[in-house]
Amino acid sequence: MQDQRDLWDWEMFFRALPPVLEGFLTVTLLVTVLGTAIAAVLGLVWAMLIRLAPQPVSGIVKWFVAFIRMTPIVVQLLFAYYAFLMVDAMTIGIVVFGIHYSTYMSEVYRAGIDAVPKGQWEATTALSMSTRRTWAAVVIPQALRATVPALGNYAISMFKDTPFLLVIGVVEMVNAAQIFGGNNFRYVEAITLAGIIFLLASYPTSVLIRRMEKRLAYAN
Amino acid sequence: MLENIQATVEAWPFLARGLWVTIQLTVLGSALALVLAIILGLMAGAPARALSVPGRIIIEFFRGTSLVVQLFFIFFVLPQFGIDLPGMVVGVLALGLNYGAYAAEVVRGSIASVPRGQWEATTALSMSPVHRMRRVIFPQAWALMIPSLASLMVHLLKGTAIVSVILLQDFTFHLDQLRRVTDTTWAYAVVGLVGYFVLALALTLVMNALEARAKHRLGRGPSLREILSPTPTAKDSLSTAGRGF
Amino acid sequence: MPTPTDPAATPIIEFRDVEKRFGDNVVLKNLDFHVNRGERVTLIGPSGSGKTTILRLVMTLEEATDGLILIDGDPLTHRIVDGRRVRLSNREIKRTRTRIGMVFQQFNLFPNMTVIQNITESPIHVLGQSKAEATRRARDLLHQVGLDDKADAHPSSLSGGQQQRVAIARALAMDPEILLLDEVTSALDPEIVGEVLGILRRIAETTDITMLIVTHEMQFARDVSDRVLMFDGGSIVEDADPDTMFTAPAHERTRKFLKAVLGEGQIGTR
Ligand SMILES: Nc1ncnc2c1ncn2[C@@H]1O[C@H](COP(=O)(O)OP(=O)(O)O)[C@@H](O)[C@H]1O
Ligand SMILES: [Mg+2]
Repeated sequence: MQDQRDLWDWEMFFRALPPVLEGFLTVTLLVTVLGTAIAAVLGLVWAMLIRLAPQPVSGIVKWFVAFIRMTPIVVQLLFAYYAFLMVDAMTIGIVVFGIHYSTYMSEVYRAGIDAVPKGQWEATTALSMSTRRTWAAVVIPQALRATVPALGNYAISMFKDTPFLLVIGVVEMVNAAQIFGGNNFRYVEAITLAGIIFLLASYPTSVLIRRMEKRLAYAN
Repeated sequence: MLENIQATVEAWPFLARGLWVTIQLTVLGSALALVLAIILGLMAGAPARALSVPGRIIIEFFRGTSLVVQLFFIFFVLPQFGIDLPGMVVGVLALGLNYGAYAAEVVRGSIASVPRGQWEATTALSMSPVHRMRRVIFPQAWALMIPSLASLMVHLLKGTAIVSVILLQDFTFHLDQLRRVTDTTWAYAVVGLVGYFVLALALTLVMNALEARAKHRLGRGPSLREILSPTPTAKDSLSTAGRGF
Repeated sequence: MPTPTDPAATPIIEFRDVEKRFGDNVVLKNLDFHVNRGERVTLIGPSGSGKTTILRLVMTLEEATDGLILIDGDPLTHRIVDGRRVRLSNREIKRTRTRIGMVFQQFNLFPNMTVIQNITESPIHVLGQSKAEATRRARDLLHQVGLDDKADAHPSSLSGGQQQRVAIARALAMDPEILLLDEVTSALDPEIVGEVLGILRRIAETTDITMLIVTHEMQFARDVSDRVLMFDGGSIVEDADPDTMFTAPAHERTRKFLKAVLGEGQIGTR
């Protein structure tokens, strides 16, 4: 057995690599990518419904979005997990993350739509464009461009939230690290490894996004 | 439905205790986060690189490594080195460090966006850097940062729900007990989500009031009393009358 | 009154071979001029000629990239040691800075303080005056600028002209030896300009503060100035007393500029 007071044990670190990396690749990344995709699409749906649907639909959607946004994803995961026991936990996780983050994204889209200059709307009227064409050809393309950095930021944020999945028993990266630590009576290497991977993956991405934001700001 | 209500009433002492833990985590976590945010935000925005570089590194570190990693590090790793903290302290530390790093960015950004003329006026009046920050820049930045800090506080409140995994008996922990005597939808959706939603709304209201007060102090917008009173106060009508001179 | 040719006077402001560049943009080059104690000097010249930059250098809001600026014979931000130009310590710079005050085009009152707090803040915390003393002086200054009743008002409830009068009182409360005024009426509605200029005229008449003024109000410049400097492209084109400058400028460039600002046939009229 290890001396408990050793600060750091490289052998333990390398033994922790396979399970932690597996959790990272098979769960953390997968949930982040699919969850972000769902959030991007659903968020636009919410934004359009709030903007275009008649009352009471738009009002209900607005409240639903606020409700999801202001309540913990952990409780949402637990609710969905027990309410849909026949669905596997991983799928539950992807969908709940997607829905939760779609409520953040809908705000971003709303702001993006509001930022389309008034002249653009007037021009579509002057050209007698249908509502459908106005949105599809003019408003959404312009609104979307500005939302790319925000989508990226939320993807990073979701990435760092994926350990919440451990409340429904999904073995993502941090859960894997914790299990490894428990089995070996030593946590420092495995948990630190998980932290390093988060840092290595999220910091460069956020620098990239900041650069993109600057470019977009110049373009305007 | 009736049975659920009855079961909830019976479980109320536990739920209330859980809510209290959640509220404590939120308030203490936010307090720690705010203190760290101000220190780190001032460091990161300082002109001296000896301050700004360490500030930036600490902020990026705690933002980049994820709340749960920090929570587990304090809960599982520190005891290995003889640092065994009570559950509440573990929760508050993790929440405060993680959200404090996010809030530090808000503090830095708000300070940087106080108009340049304000900084220059303090130079023309020979104020020292500390005096300038304390009396002129920070009070103005404060009004700018409250909305973002408020939304971070709601995030922190939501983040407290994860501490049940380190065996802290917060609101979420007791929801699981309630689920066993009622049903999933009742326990998690009706009691749980609505409970958190109400907390979040209350928090938002408090922060809106703080923001109104801060803006009023800068001479923008009505005072809290004016907002809360249903009829225009005497002061209100006076100031409107005074404007016409 | 000392004049530029008075050999006995130590200039209170002296620029020696000053250069100021922003990146590759050389804004001031080889600039030499001085202002004597008690003098009122107005800088005129087209937009972008470097007038604001000169005031900001004196206020230490910017630092020269070369050359020396002396205040009453003492270096402001840099001195020459063993032939090399070295920066003074922040402490030394601050000591000189308290002798200088500035009024800005955009007023820059502190919105988180009342009028009286704006005025007393630095006298109390920088000069170490007692609160009672600072408040008494502030009320006296508010009286001079005609705002006795606004002591407890918030800046945002004041008109632009009133805000600028408070800003003038705030600068004077520091008892500066040098007062820098950068287009202090440019952000004001035309009908308000007169009230602010009137106050500045009164200060010019009743005090002996050295003033360095940038303004487009030529009549005002002519009335209060002892000397007018015409700038173009970062250097001095003409240095003359106001009557000469406005009635018989020596340089074609000055004539053109004055004609553009004052309109045809305006030169020489009062
Ligand atoms: N902070 C700055 N950064 C870069 N260029 C500047 C800055 N301040 C002033 N300048 C440049 O210096 C020149 C002179 O400006 P200024 O002193 O404001 O002129 P004036 O007050 O005579 O109109 C201008 O070309 C301006 O663009
Ligand atoms: Mg200028």
